[in-house]
Amino acid sequence: MELGERLLKDDLENRTGARASIISRRGFIGAAATTGVAGLFSPGFVPISGEGSATAAAQIVHPTTTEEVTPFKVDVPQAALNDLKKRLANARWPERETVGDWSQGVPLQKAQALIAYWRDKYDWRRFEARLNAFPQYRTQIDGVGIHFIHVRSPHQNALPIILTHGWPGSVVEFMEVIGPLSDPTRYGGRAEDAFHVVVPSLPGFGFSDKPVETGWDVNRIARAWATLMPRLSYERWVAQGGDWGAGVTHALAHQRPPGLIAAHVNWQFVFPEKLPENPTPAEQRAIEGASRFANDWSGYFREQATRPQTIGYALADSAAGQALWIYEKFQAWTDNHGNPEDELSTDAMLDDISLYWFTDTAASSARIYWENTRAGKAGASGGRIELPMAASVFPHEIFVPPKAWAEALWPNLFYWNELDRGGHFAAFEQPKLFTDELRNAFRSRRA
Amino acid sequence: MKDGLEHRAEIAVPVNSRRNFMRTAAVTAGAGLLLEGLDLISAQESGKKAPLLVFPAATKDVTPFKVHVTQAALDDLKQRLANIRWPNKEPVTEWSQGVPLGKAQALVEYWRTRYDWRRVESTLNGLPQFRTQIDGLGIYFIHVRSKHENALPIILTHGWPGSIIEFLQVIGPLTDPTAHGGKADEAFHVVIPSLPGFGFSDKPTEAGWRLPRIANAWAALIARLGYSRYVAQGGDWGAGVTSWMAKQREPGLAAIHLNLPILFPPPPPPPAGYTAAEQGAVAQLVKYGSDGSAYASIQGTRPQTLGYGLADSPVGQAMWIYEKFQAWSDNKGDPAEAISVDHMLDDISLYWLTDTAASSARLYYESFAKDFVRMTLDMPVAVSIFKGNLFVPPKVWGDQTYSKLFYWNEVPKGGHFAALEQPELFVAELRKSFAQVR
Repeated sequence: MELGERLLKDDLENRTGARASIISRRGFIGAAATTGVAGLFSPGFVPISGEGSATAAAQIVHPTTTEEVTPFKVDVPQAALNDLKKRLANARWPERETVGDWSQGVPLQKAQALIAYWRDKYDWRRFEARLNAFPQYRTQIDGVGIHFIHVRSPHQNALPIILTHGWPGSVVEFMEVIGPLSDPTRYGGRAEDAFHVVVPSLPGFGFSDKPVETGWDVNRIARAWATLMPRLSYERWVAQGGDWGAGVTHALAHQRPPGLIAAHVNWQFVFPEKLPENPTPAEQRAIEGASRFANDWSGYFREQATRPQTIGYALADSAAGQALWIYEKFQAWTDNHGNPEDELSTDAMLDDISLYWFTDTAASSARIYWENTRAGKAGASGGRIELPMAASVFPHEIFVPPKAWAEALWPNLFYWNELDRGGHFAAFEQPKLFTDELRNAFRSRRA
Repeated sequence: MKDGLEHRAEIAVPVNSRRNFMRTAAVTAGAGLLLEGLDLISAQESGKKAPLLVFPAATKDVTPFKVHVTQAALDDLKQRLANIRWPNKEPVTEWSQGVPLGKAQALVEYWRTRYDWRRVESTLNGLPQFRTQIDGLGIYFIHVRSKHENALPIILTHGWPGSIIEFLQVIGPLTDPTAHGGKADEAFHVVIPSLPGFGFSDKPTEAGWRLPRIANAWAALIARLGYSRYVAQGGDWGAGVTSWMAKQREPGLAAIHLNLPILFPPPPPPPAGYTAAEQGAVAQLVKYGSDGSAYASIQGTRPQTLGYGLADSPVGQAMWIYEKFQAWSDNKGDPAEAISVDHMLDDISLYWLTDTAASSARLYYESFAKDFVRMTLDMPVAVSIFKGNLFVPPKVWGDQTYSKLFYWNEVPKGGHFAALEQPELFVAELRKSFAQVR
């Protein structure tokens, strides 16, 4: 094809995120012409003029990935930091809630306090440096560039583990456990409990690419992870996850790729197909947790599962909107006394929120709900799993299943521990407990 | 001139909300703000630079009102639209993940460069507008009396994501029928309020503004205007308010008309099972529940959280609404087939300029699960079913719900936003049905 067409094609791919994440005015006009995007009027359509040059300059661009494992460093453009501050300074607020608690969502006072802190006190470069102190990479799997942290233990016989985050989490959740897991003797542990640690970003999240086609449900992600581990030369490994990471981990357990010897989840999808007629108190608690989620906590889930693009416009354009969409879950799902700051530091929460903001992943991360709902993989019944399974049950998880339910579905359940502290974001909230759990769980699985 | 100056809304700082903020800060000693070395947010902070619309406090008088959005607010909107940060494109080819990026960008471009708020503002200001305080809340309404003294008073109630904008084209035909292909004895005196938390009405500061309370407020409004016999009409939330007016047998209410009869959950099936027509409507309800109702779910449970993104991003606010113009109007894929782009943006702009994303969502928190449900009514009920609506129930469900169902007509064109999409057909429905009530 001739050069002009080639440039147009590249710009179109760029615009749709297949390669870099740059959005260019020329690309859009090109796309509008070639794809016949009619917009509002068929003839005489006025193409978009300014896409806000400041905003365009603030976009993060990823180099194209290949099947090589390419080192990666985070480097958010200063223009993006400046753009964020401006948006936060210019936030337009709704009036306050008509209730005295969090029952309509994040209270206005809390919201404004968080945004003021993010605008005036939070330091992204601190976190960026911390992240860049870990070895990070990107590699293309099944057409999508996957970002991951990979820390090899100094102990050669360490057990390889892949840790998968969920929504609204990210690799940020594992910052405090990577060191203790990979280098235990530096953190009060034993060499025999060392892990080689792999922490990917889900497709559409963080520094992974945003898929441009449908189909990226937990099954496909699991297959990608099963490609990643051998690519890193691991022939014998374990998997761990919470939230969507638990979904991926359950899927991996079903798929049983060669090399996967066991899995650990901090959220257990072990609801029976048919609920018991006379539930025990523990069963009743689990049922009530799930009911409460369905009746009152699932608005975000249903919106993201049905219209991720629509909600994406507000969250991509409003930093405050993105922040509070996430912050609400830090309050609702953690083990706290009413405020999320009881359990997570403001800086840590903003590390996570900033990652969503700078990578413009509101819509792409929401799509995981759409994909898995369509695939029937968004429920609490993960079915029978033969693979050896381990579970850590944190008391403030969204629902806490009784051990008997896991025993009914997982014939090779080899570890079950119920903790007295911690919630949905287990590693994020309780890194020491979480680290101990993985050491204890997998001790019996080492060769 | 003096009246005009008194009632123009030009003040940059939201007086009511700042007062509330300071009261709250005093009561809680600002405790919620003292996190890890934060400073107490000052009142100026909440005022912000983005100019907001504020109205003089309503009283029990019926006070004339004119809309005047400051140029600063319009400039602020344009600036935000010029600086949008977009999500990536949907990986599907149609609307199944929400508004497609290409459509979103096209609408925004029009809004930013071609749309003229002053046009609808001047249309509104050419109508008699008022605010009055009812049950502690300032309620905005348009009130146009017919020149025909014996006209039938009617109160028309909008819904979400609608507004008074939906009715602007029907005011003339309803009040002045002889100038619009009708007869003098078809005239109405027209009252069109904004729901609490919508448009130019106040935003409630306390919980409890459920549909029955709004219904009572509407009855009080009608009485304050001196009408002793009237009818009520509504679709969407407006149908909810109107149904509650009938349920509560508001004094003077002679009959109601609904363009969305609230027949959900449906009556139980007869012994032989639902007929094909009933099954079709059941399927529509199931589809709505599983795929089309997430907006109601989030608005009904976390209106404040949702509100932050919508209050701060005009494209966010616009797409939240535009999606429903596409999903619920009678079109073949493009909402502009059913509703003009200017009218859609009139409505969207009203939500944006009044900062009513959260307050309008709160009505779902108050009433969606509890009050917006099928209930039997024993007052005269008329129903017009616009076939392009997302819910097209069979008459037999109406028969089982409305003991005095005196009119049921299926209109072949038009959808959820009936008055906006098909003003002539909508007017014809009201003339025909209410002819029996005069």
